[in-house]
Amino acid sequence: MTVVEVRGLTKKYGKKPAISNLSFDVNEGEIFGFIGPDGAGKTTLFRILTTLLLPNEGNAKVLGKDVVKDYKYLRQRLGYMPGRFSLYMDLTVEENLKFFASIFNTTIEENYDLIKDIYSQIEPFRERRAGDLSGGMKQKLALSCALIHKPQLLVLDEPTTGVDAVSRKEFWEMLKRLKEQGITIIVSTPYMDEAILCDRIALIQNGSILKIDTPNGIVSGFRKNLFSIKANNKYDTIKFLESYEFADSVYPFGDSIHYLDIRENLNSNDLLFDLQSKGIADCKVAVIEAGIEDVFMSLMKENRDEQ
Amino acid sequence: MRIFANFILKEIYHITRDWRSLLVLICIPVIQLFLFGYAIRTELNNAEIGIIDRSKDYITQEITNKIISSGYFELSAYIENEKQIEHLFKNGTVKEIIIFEPDFAKKLEKEGKASVMLIADASNPNIATLVTSYTSSIIRTYQLELNMKSIKANTIIIPEVKMLFNPELKSVYMFVPGLIALILMLVSALMTSIAITREKEMGSMEVLLVSPLKPQMIIIGKVVPYVVISFFNSMSVLALSILIFHIPFEGSYILFIFESLLFIITALALGILISTIAKSQLAAMMISLGGLLMPTVLLSGFIYPVENMPLVLQWLSYLIPAKWFLIILKGIMLKGLGIEHLWKETLILTGMAIFYLAVSTRKLKIRLE
Repeated sequence: MTVVEVRGLTKKYGKKPAISNLSFDVNEGEIFGFIGPDGAGKTTLFRILTTLLLPNEGNAKVLGKDVVKDYKYLRQRLGYMPGRFSLYMDLTVEENLKFFASIFNTTIEENYDLIKDIYSQIEPFRERRAGDLSGGMKQKLALSCALIHKPQLLVLDEPTTGVDAVSRKEFWEMLKRLKEQGITIIVSTPYMDEAILCDRIALIQNGSILKIDTPNGIVSGFRKNLFSIKANNKYDTIKFLESYEFADSVYPFGDSIHYLDIRENLNSNDLLFDLQSKGIADCKVAVIEAGIEDVFMSLMKENRDEQ
Repeated sequence: MRIFANFILKEIYHITRDWRSLLVLICIPVIQLFLFGYAIRTELNNAEIGIIDRSKDYITQEITNKIISSGYFELSAYIENEKQIEHLFKNGTVKEIIIFEPDFAKKLEKEGKASVMLIADASNPNIATLVTSYTSSIIRTYQLELNMKSIKANTIIIPEVKMLFNPELKSVYMFVPGLIALILMLVSALMTSIAITREKEMGSMEVLLVSPLKPQMIIIGKVVPYVVISFFNSMSVLALSILIFHIPFEGSYILFIFESLLFIITALALGILISTIAKSQLAAMMISLGGLLMPTVLLSGFIYPVENMPLVLQWLSYLIPAKWFLIILKGIMLKGLGIEHLWKETLILTGMAIFYLAVSTRKLKIRLE
């Protein structure tokens, strides 16, 4: 079953489109990730899906219902966690959860099973005010509140931004368990390492979807030659590669440089030779497998060039 | 209903957790009451007066002596020419002029009564009432003495009080009704608009909207606790002003409560309207202060009599709910009027309440935009 069905969705603020002509489907029981930089239009898209904004063009169906017409139906059945922590800082953990349970006409006890894994971790602090929790615990509380009414679709807008690495990992483990309980999850993140944890991902930039596929599909569909170059003089190396006649794209990646070449059968020794002949002596070149970030960088560049 | 009760409970948590704000909310009305109260009840010391004595007999002489020796007044001018009166007032040389009619003693003997006119500069209404009432009571005491010791029983000296520049002395007891209006406006409109925009600013409005709660429910839930607080405040101000300042309350308490609730609803509707426009708490506060509180203080007749304002401002004042509320409160408290005299103002206020409620519910958004 298709949980989300989006066709030609466009939303403009003034004249500038925040998202333009988006189309995609999300299937029941999958974790669907939106990967893209800030300002790509993820939040706008999520707000349309959660009935908070009206699209200018196109339509979106969630759980088979139209997000504009049937907003009342959908608001009973969606779980939404906005990008910033939006619970009540001056209420305690328990009061927050109770409040959100009550506005959905349910109780903590009724759906305790669903949130047990998550809530049990913050339950020792239930008398503590939400404002005094750490970032990771805040996210767990927010997730518990978004889950308390057993939603059919969970929409999470950058849930792990500003959360430490350990909590991020735990958070994704929780999402996996929720998925096993049959809840469909749409999640956005700026972190590439979280992308591979999704069932399918959509790469999004400037309001357009560049590609939708499984994480493996995205990586294996990548046909270009990718080299990782480690050089002492990173700056000069990048400058040289940018002006290099066969260069597709160059960008720093951690402590190395990722370089795409347009030639099909280029081996690392040839490239090394070229570099050395230009006076960049002290460097190492290796052919590597592309990661999601590499695909993304490449797609982004193509997208920019088209425009 | 259970959902609604929980919503209000949450709102009460918000209010009570922030106990400093709550304290301010409850104490400010009381502090204001005492400030206004004591600012108005100042003691009178050596107020300058002028006397026009057209009779110049022994009785007017005695009265003049009594007045001057009382310690409250200081004779600054014996006036011969009445044309000087206005000049003296305009210069501010005198605060009051006492005029004895011709043949004062003779009239008192023959007809048993004589008049003395007290003219006061009522551009400062508080001082005007003070000086005239002090003078009147001195004259009354003298009259009693006269009746006791002499054969001329039942003589009456009639002090005729005339207020210049503000004949009806419209703001003497005005500060209590005005203060009640101000407090209701402050708490109902300002606090609710801030409380609602806080949800927007914190982002929790997003979560609330994506829930089965109707937007009207969210707003009403946020508003109810503030209705209770502002109602409590207006009652405490009323009680304190009756107990401590002995403000008269002539009319019906039930009508008072009814009219107060009507005004609270109007103020709340305004507060909600502001919250639909304002994006942040700061903006809500600025709009409330500039758009509601200033006009309430300045144009309602709370401090400055509307009658003395330029016409344009007078027309503008018709749009201020507090103006009508003040007329009603004054009528109830000071004149003891019932609904049969106040129905017009009540109707206008009801109209405003309905209008603002309609506009604010229409502007209420079920989405973020």
